[in-house]
Amino acid sequence: MTANELIRLSASAMAAKLAAGEITSVELTQAHLDRIADVDHGDRGVNAFLHVNAEEALAVAADVDARRAAGEELHELAGVPIAIKDLIVTKGQPTTAGSKILEGWMSPYDATVIKKIRAARMPMLGKTNLDEFAMGSSTEHSAYGPTRNPWDLDRIPGGSGGGSAAAVAAFEAPFALGTDTGGSIRQPGAVTGTVGVKPTYGAVSRYGAIAMASSLDQIGPVSRTVLDSALLQEVIGGHDPFDSTSLTDPSIGLAAAARLGNVKGMKIGIIKELHGEGYQAGVENRFNESLELLRSAGAEIVEVSCPNFGYALGAYYLIMPSEASSNLAKFDGVRFGMRTLPTEGPLTIERVMGATRAAGFGDEVKRRIILGTYALSAGYYDAYYGSAQKVRTLIQRDFAAAFEQVDVLISPTSPVTAFKLGEKLDDPLAMYLNDVATIPANMAGVPGLTLPGGLADEDGLPVGIQLLAPAREDARLYRVGAVLESLLEAQWGGPILDQAPVLASTATVAEEAN
Amino acid sequence: MAAINRDDVAHLAQLAHIEMSDDELDRMANELALIVDSVKSVSEAAGDDVPTTSHPIPLTNVMREDVVGHVLTVEEALSGAPDSADGRFKVPAILEES
Repeated sequence: MTANELIRLSASAMAAKLAAGEITSVELTQAHLDRIADVDHGDRGVNAFLHVNAEEALAVAADVDARRAAGEELHELAGVPIAIKDLIVTKGQPTTAGSKILEGWMSPYDATVIKKIRAARMPMLGKTNLDEFAMGSSTEHSAYGPTRNPWDLDRIPGGSGGGSAAAVAAFEAPFALGTDTGGSIRQPGAVTGTVGVKPTYGAVSRYGAIAMASSLDQIGPVSRTVLDSALLQEVIGGHDPFDSTSLTDPSIGLAAAARLGNVKGMKIGIIKELHGEGYQAGVENRFNESLELLRSAGAEIVEVSCPNFGYALGAYYLIMPSEASSNLAKFDGVRFGMRTLPTEGPLTIERVMGATRAAGFGDEVKRRIILGTYALSAGYYDAYYGSAQKVRTLIQRDFAAAFEQVDVLISPTSPVTAFKLGEKLDDPLAMYLNDVATIPANMAGVPGLTLPGGLADEDGLPVGIQLLAPAREDARLYRVGAVLESLLEAQWGGPILDQAPVLASTATVAEEAN
Repeated sequence: MAAINRDDVAHLAQLAHIEMSDDELDRMANELALIVDSVKSVSEAAGDDVPTTSHPIPLTNVMREDVVGHVLTVEEALSGAPDSADGRFKVPAILEES
């Protein structure tokens, strides 16, 4: 098998080849590092990676190979490489959160999910690009330049986790870690033709994920197949005493659910408010086809109404900035990150802080901090933050009523396919609308999964199908997702990414540019 | 609900410790006015009888043993600081000298 064939395998297939001794982890890791060097850099590169961790990744891979050769029993995914969203702190690699304010910052500790990745002996390929502090839906708000969508290099890969999704779609990594506050794992998955899961709030520890909105943030898996996300969530999930919001449920049964292979008798609900008007025709068509496939597999499809979802976007844009404005107060030019001195006037700490945050934060971050400061200020708190928290209750009630009727809910993940870089950059409200279908899950804490549903007729770009389940029922997503995936792939004659254009090598261009 | 204007943004920027130029204040005031306008329907969504939700999964009184746990060393804690001295963070003047 050539290196180019190797990197196109699923993570579980890679794991099987490693276990069978057909390939080594060094070979596999090097193949991905070569792929990154080939397609990631230069003006027309994917730019999924902010940092490539070649030396450590190869050392971990060599260690896995030695242990395997010595007959040691290893984790199922040992030796399978992974990419990490650069919002998650890692020892030995810089963590920037996509912001200038943290340029070059080295965390003195590992996030809990990173400790678990290390314990499973998965080589970390590097850190992936994102909108600054995960604030955006296109990665255009990264201080280090946008990531490009492997399906069309002039289009956005979604956001905030566009780097993780693009890395996986471009075969630079078999899977990756993402974070999802309002759709930052699922919307990039939808527009890049990949799989992504936001687990139940608390199912995966947030310790070491740089916080945007603490009551909404969740770490989760990004992959090319449903089974791979299930395997990865089993690695990273489970209780963590370092995160007091982490659930005590064990992280088991997810891969088994993905392998179950039937949906007969399951009730699946179409959310009336999350399709139709405002959704691109090609998105709607692929969504309807998926419903037909699930029906043909023996699922019962019914329509349910979640009348308060119409308020979710507005409530989200009050709660998220409020929490973000508080969480980002720690970037003060004193304890970590950059410090900028004012060019004139007295050099007090207040003025240094103002100058540092002015120079270190980008526009979108400033917008959200100001908006959050406003929503929390005296006189407005009840009308804004208080009202938004009540909407949160209403959304939870809508979900509870819906899940009394059905096992799983289904909707398109994103109302549109990947748009052009720059198209919505000057229109914050248009950008915010990309998350209209993903936000309700974060508001209620329920798990959500996106998988590719095909290509839109009008532009040939990937469409995402979203599944939602009750809190703590993540396994249902993997069960239904894997069945739908296999039915769709049978129609396509293989994975959707087989239809993606071949990426030209940018390695020589990058060399010349240096 | 009141609209947000340029003076509001200037005041909020000061509260949030972000210096802003005149251009930036103008632009931000326009953008935020639009955003605030688009989210104001939220205040009409729920009546007084609806309780607030601050956290998606209700958890109460998460406790741990009162023992020293995971802590950073002084060197680790200072490793990312822009300036430090004698094992402490070093800051510019706290007060403006008159």
